Amino acid sequence: MQPYQNPNLDIAGRDACPVESMGHAVRFSDENQKRFAELLTRYPTKQAAVLPTLWMAQEEFGWCSTEVIEYVAELLDLPPSHVYGVVSFYTMYYRRPMGKYHIQLCTNISCMLMGGETILECLREKLGIGLGETTPDGLISLDEVECLAACDIAPMCQMNDEYHGPFTPESVGQFVDQLRARGK
Amino acid sequence: MEVKLLTQRYDNPESWTLAAYEKAGGYQVFKKAFAMDPEQIINVVKESGLRGRGGAGFPTGMKWGFVPKETDKPKYLCVNADESEPGTFKDRDLLTKDPHALIEGIIITGWAVGISHAYIYIRGEFGVPYYRIRDAVKEAYEKGYLGRDINGKGYSLDVTVHRGAGAYICGEETGLIESLEGKKGQPRLKPPFPAVVGVFGCPTVVNNVETIQAVPWILEHGAEAYRKYGTEKSPGTKLFSVSGHVNRPGNYEIELGLPCKTLVHDLCGGIRDGKRQKANIVGGSSVPVLTGEEADAVHLDYESCVEAGTMLGSGGMIVMDEDTCMVWALAVILKFYAHESCGQCSPCREGTAWIRNLVFRLESGHGTSADLDKLLSICDNMMGTTICVLSDAAAMPTESFIRKFRTEFEAHVGAGRCPIRGKSSHFLESVH
Ligand SMILES: Cc1cc2nc3c(=O)[nH]c(=O)nc-3n(C[C@H](O)[C@H](O)[C@H](O)COP(=O)(O)O)c2cc1C
Ligand code: SF4
Ligand code: FES
Repeated sequence: MQPYQNPNLDIAGRDACPVESMGHAVRFSDENQKRFAELLTRYPTKQAAVLPTLWMAQEEFGWCSTEVIEYVAELLDLPPSHVYGVVSFYTMYYRRPMGKYHIQLCTNISCMLMGGETILECLREKLGIGLGETTPDGLISLDEVECLAACDIAPMCQMNDEYHGPFTPESVGQFVDQLRARGK
Repeated sequence: MEVKLLTQRYDNPESWTLAAYEKAGGYQVFKKAFAMDPEQIINVVKESGLRGRGGAGFPTGMKWGFVPKETDKPKYLCVNADESEPGTFKDRDLLTKDPHALIEGIIITGWAVGISHAYIYIRGEFGVPYYRIRDAVKEAYEKGYLGRDINGKGYSLDVTVHRGAGAYICGEETGLIESLEGKKGQPRLKPPFPAVVGVFGCPTVVNNVETIQAVPWILEHGAEAYRKYGTEKSPGTKLFSVSGHVNRPGNYEIELGLPCKTLVHDLCGGIRDGKRQKANIVGGSSVPVLTGEEADAVHLDYESCVEAGTMLGSGGMIVMDEDTCMVWALAVILKFYAHESCGQCSPCREGTAWIRNLVFRLESGHGTSADLDKLLSICDNMMGTTICVLSDAAAMPTESFIRKFRTEFEAHVGAGRCPIRGKSSHFLESVH
């Protein structure tokens, strides 16, 4: 018998393409330049500011394109390869533009015990997209995540920086409707 | 049953504000601590028997004692607020509802150990808990509780909230340190231990949120008062996050040593729909599973859990009812470890992927009975062979699931499909 191989398991996912580009240069707003200068005073090395600087950059520019990575590297006197290594290691730095509403469904144990599998199916069907995809209108992106430390409201998801749950098949549908109503 | 030491302020809907904390007597204990010799404080914490609440249960006072006294390097504190162990959500509430108690705990710890800068490493997914602790730190600076020359004592302490960005392994203390330094969060070989060579090459204490939050209570009431709760070897209270098939999931602060039965069947209102408890993972997904009967017999303290063949861990309790397919549950758990292995060590990187694939295959009904022994032998090779214990954390549950529910695994092989859920999990086929 062939060793079991799940065709989807070992795809590098969001990092499949290492050269995703916005096609234009980036530069922090004046306010973020100030925040960045303040940030550097909090750490004894410049390198330690990589994670918070990437957070600021992602907030301002939406995702971590090659330009963003190069800009952050330049700000911190680091090789771009180091910053790229960091971006690719952590799941919350995005290498693609995200929808305005980013739904991340928890697929860890407590959420699955409480019916998360059904909620995932409902979301897929309702949104017409799969995991790692964004609706064609750019409004909603769907991902799965590991335990979000909110198993008391399982099955649950994160939507941008809010936690939502517990869901039933009905309430998750309404949740999507509300996001669509909020729109762009 | 519930004993509210750390959660005593939770009932106040404004508990997280500086005003509410001060009104409840907050920011007084650190003044008392400043009148004490740092060594004296470490002794009180040692005498209290407080043990680390992040998972390993290491005695806190002893850990602080390892930090060299005579050094010309700055000393750091890393508060571990990464809270990523599946099933655990206690630090979330501590940060959200009582952030100033954490700050006061940091000030006392800082004075005792001689810390110049404390970093609160908080998981990136947290929204509200992050805003709360960030704003609380700002308020504490404005009030002069943090910063230069606190309370006119000549002691200065900075606190910085540092957000992670989604990686379970950054909860491991040396992974956390690497991440804080601006790198991939790949754990370091120990020794040297962080107490001697930690973040930025300097002596570093790493403690869990709940551990630090217990410090003000202990200093206020004394070691003896703390020891009145819990057992001889596991003194005090502990927060348990209970989830899964119970009627009232949530966080419960209980005395260590409480029968698990009381927590599950009384405080949490028992199993939903009056069903039977089939299994219980008492300390977060990384610890060996107990059968329902074993869980009903165990007491929740460090020693009793070890005697029962499991661990207290983080206190993230996951309860499963009689309808749960244990092969499926293990598959879901293993998906996590395979995803979170940082990839440095072959037994972990390859092992977590192999055991996941084998259990996925068993779940789908295409496994063979030889797979079970193969799994056990892979697990054997994954334990005690790697830089950190994530590898063990995947192998231990696997080994326990197979040992305790072997007939269920065999039934999947026999039936060629899942005999409990009827179908195999489409979800497990489709995960990334
Ligand atoms: C893979 C792994 C993940 C961990 N995750 C966490 C975590 O999320 N939070 C935490 O406090 N400790 C976590 N720990 C334990 C830490 O390594 C460390 O023991 C703890 O923060 C020490 O604090 P304490 O003595 O106060 O418990 C983890 C350990 C391992 C091996
Ligand atoms: S055991 Fe796994 S997670 Fe830990 S250092 Fe090795 S590869 Fe990384
Ligand atoms: S398992 Fe979903 S939040 Fe913990």
